[in-house]
Amino acid sequence: MSSTDISLHKDVHVGHDDHHDDHHDQSFIEKYIFSQDHKVIAKQFLFAGMFWAIIGGTFSSLFRLQLGFPEATFTFLEPLLGKWVDGGKLNPEFYLALVTMHGTIMVFFVLTAGLSGTFSNFLIPLQIGARDMASGFMNMLSFWFFFLASVIMFYSIFLETGPAAGGWTIYPPLSALPQAIAGSGTGMTMWLISMALFIVSQLLGGVNYISTVINMRTRGLSMAKLPLTIWAFFLTAILGLLAFPVLLSAALLLIFDRSFGTSFFLSDIYVAGEALSHTGGSPVLFQHLFWFLGHPEVYIVILPTFGIVSEIIATNSRKPIFGYRAMIGSMLGISLLSFIVWAHHMFVSGMNPFLGSVFMFLTLIIAVPSAVKVFNWIATIWRGNINFTPAMLFSIAFVSLFISGGVTGIILGNSALDIQLHDTYFVVAHFHLVMGSAAFFGMFAGVYHWFPKMFGRMMDDKLGYLHFWITFAGVYLIFMPMHYIGIAGFPRRYYTWTGFDTFNKFMDMNTFITVAAIVAFFAQFFFLFNFIYSIFRGRRATENPWKSNTLEWTTPVNPGHGNWPGPLPVVYRWPYDYSKPGAPQDFIPQNVPFSQTQSSNLPHERDFE
Amino acid sequence: MITIAVALSIILLLVILYLLFKIQVLASIFTGSYRRDVGKSNKVNAALLIVFFLVMGGLFIWSFVSSKDEMILPIASEHGIAIDSMFWLTMAVIGFVFVLTHILLFVYSYKYQHQDGKRAYYYPHNNKIEIIWTVIPAVVMALLVFSGWKTWAKITSPAPDNAVVVEVMGKQFNWLIRYPGADNKLGLVKTTLIDATNEFGIDLNDKNAQDDFAGEPSAFHVPKGQPVMLKIRSRDVIHSVFLPHFRVKMDAVPGMPTTFWFIPTKTTAEMQTETGNPNFQYELACTEVCGRGHFAMKMTMIVDEPEDYQKWVATQQQKTFASQLQQGAPADSTAAVAQNTADAAGAVALASKQ
Repeated sequence: MSSTDISLHKDVHVGHDDHHDDHHDQSFIEKYIFSQDHKVIAKQFLFAGMFWAIIGGTFSSLFRLQLGFPEATFTFLEPLLGKWVDGGKLNPEFYLALVTMHGTIMVFFVLTAGLSGTFSNFLIPLQIGARDMASGFMNMLSFWFFFLASVIMFYSIFLETGPAAGGWTIYPPLSALPQAIAGSGTGMTMWLISMALFIVSQLLGGVNYISTVINMRTRGLSMAKLPLTIWAFFLTAILGLLAFPVLLSAALLLIFDRSFGTSFFLSDIYVAGEALSHTGGSPVLFQHLFWFLGHPEVYIVILPTFGIVSEIIATNSRKPIFGYRAMIGSMLGISLLSFIVWAHHMFVSGMNPFLGSVFMFLTLIIAVPSAVKVFNWIATIWRGNINFTPAMLFSIAFVSLFISGGVTGIILGNSALDIQLHDTYFVVAHFHLVMGSAAFFGMFAGVYHWFPKMFGRMMDDKLGYLHFWITFAGVYLIFMPMHYIGIAGFPRRYYTWTGFDTFNKFMDMNTFITVAAIVAFFAQFFFLFNFIYSIFRGRRATENPWKSNTLEWTTPVNPGHGNWPGPLPVVYRWPYDYSKPGAPQDFIPQNVPFSQTQSSNLPHERDFE
Repeated sequence: MITIAVALSIILLLVILYLLFKIQVLASIFTGSYRRDVGKSNKVNAALLIVFFLVMGGLFIWSFVSSKDEMILPIASEHGIAIDSMFWLTMAVIGFVFVLTHILLFVYSYKYQHQDGKRAYYYPHNNKIEIIWTVIPAVVMALLVFSGWKTWAKITSPAPDNAVVVEVMGKQFNWLIRYPGADNKLGLVKTTLIDATNEFGIDLNDKNAQDDFAGEPSAFHVPKGQPVMLKIRSRDVIHSVFLPHFRVKMDAVPGMPTTFWFIPTKTTAEMQTETGNPNFQYELACTEVCGRGHFAMKMTMIVDEPEDYQKWVATQQQKTFASQLQQGAPADSTAAVAQNTADAAGAVALASKQ
């Protein structure tokens, strides 16, 4: 008996050794599919995000067709949409489903998972000088939970009764009652399951980002020497970790109301010829829970791009970011405030008007740190020596879009003005500029900028410029006129406005917006082509093509598993020593010690020599 | 066939794109610009930024001015004037910031484009400037908050006692109106009492309900110059009452009645003269997505001179819910519940789908 035991033990041991041996020679599945390497996971998130962005963009083109040409018949869509187009007319419930899925996909699957998932995963270990994330396994799980959520959400599009159709905010009772709208049947169930899995994915990712940033910074890299990208990803992860569980609770309670007869959100309802037994619930409670996530969520979307854009503007202006500490402080302020402004989405929801005045006050305070950020970006450009790479152009445009969309927030955050503008196209214009387009521009900037580190090749500049100019013009041509129809009171999520005399105008403008939207959508295929082509055939990149200071550019062109072949780099300075007087080059990477830069050291840096 | 054609044309487009791209790459290698660090395109892009700023700025001003008249709805309520003046004041403030920051952003981008042999100015921070541009927005925001508070408090203050009460109830997909009658008190309603004839679920045992009346289904009337209080509720999903000309909006929430009061300042007839449109009507729209017919939840509101309103009330108040329900359907509540059978339910379901 004992001999068998020994041999068994031996076998196990041998197996263990084998595993160690092929660690550097992973199978295809281990390397590209169930990979635990943060760089591969980042690319998985990026590809998934791009897939979803195409779907989300296609949906917006479809419903813009309806809004731009309400009298037209779209028989050519029949092969694509089947029964949802009846006699060339889009089904009004399908229209709502398109709007709902566009919002859900863009906010959660593209601008949360696609953006944070890509850049937090890719840049955190590389920029803090770590070999990988704190837990590669959890990181892998994070992607595969997201993948599962994606599969379920994607499947729901093809349901007989259609996907969820009650708006991306899924306000009950509409989202709770299949009698009220067909999309609230199986479509809504799948939406909720998908989002629950999505939240699990976000939490797994978030815990990892936070612990990696706190524990795994390389020697010398204090929090006060972190690139702003890392600060941004760090704060984003904290926001997600605190906010997403609240959405999960709202979703769970909604599942209970839908399937198990509870009354958290339902009361006094008579629908489809039947009085329901639900009593005592409050639909407004759901709104509080939803927006407690929902508002931090818009900062989860925009904060990473704050970091990305700060980094790109500093690098390409060849100047230190202006007010590094003010930039961190403003991000901290925005993160904190983002948790106490949620009810500005609910000024006319029937909640106590006193709450409205408190939330108006807190909301307008957010304008201050946001303004500081904008001024700092402009001050960074001032007296720079700007290199207009596609990433830089997208970053400058980001600042422009962030201003244009941000200032109207001062109007909407004012509860008295919100009475007229709530749920009109003014709101649509506002958030599409400030968090939709701006975040997309930040994401494009990031892809163009870090593509060489991701794939070891360069994207084509000329195609990048073409993509940029069409998109930049397109975005303004789409969303600026939307302010006008918003001021005129046009409500959101309307299938057509022609039934109202009040809204039976601006037809040309709506047609114009639709044409601009479709042109801008097709311009994205320049990007897609450039992206895919450059992965395989792009010009080969050098180690540090943008002459940047941060640590990721000290890795080999194609960093392998573990990122640095030798020992980890040691950090001596902040990441923004661009164009320092006395330095031979216009950049000094973070891992260059002060002893090697005596000609350019500032008085207080002499101590470190 | 169409699918194949579409697929073919997409493939063709991709091929053309690819060829164009190859030609461009070859051309740039040939001219030698391909490998240069900061090439000619830097100048082109800097210039394009200025062109973009001027063209888009021009388009913005032109389009705004030319659609301004159509954009601004004439105001027909007292608080609407306060809202609009604050809106345009805030617009002026943010317009100033918008223009200033955009001039700086685009002009600096152009002016400080890359020049060979030049070096950027190493200027990492300046705390004084940071403080200045933190405090100024903070002060401006404070002023906006204070004026917002004042207007908001006035609008949301309790309605005067003499307010004309009108109940607006949203359902998929139309609005139903109820007037409280001579006692100015709306009668009790219960969800369980709702059926095809008693759409409000009015409890006729409540004496306040005896004189409640519906008015005409086509449009509801309110008097000019008097406070009007809308008592808003919903019986199925969330809707939202929006009277764009009155700057009135409030959600209709099932299980949680809401209110909004305002003073109309122009009758429908006056507005018809003002807009030069003899067919002008005040419209009530739904602004909270509520399902298939969300875009079609329209109701007309007519503002009368007070004496015309009184006359209209006199013609309508005989047609109380009580009298109509007693004619058509059993009035007592138990029978009403009993009548709420599957057949009736089906009928209502059909009706609500239309």
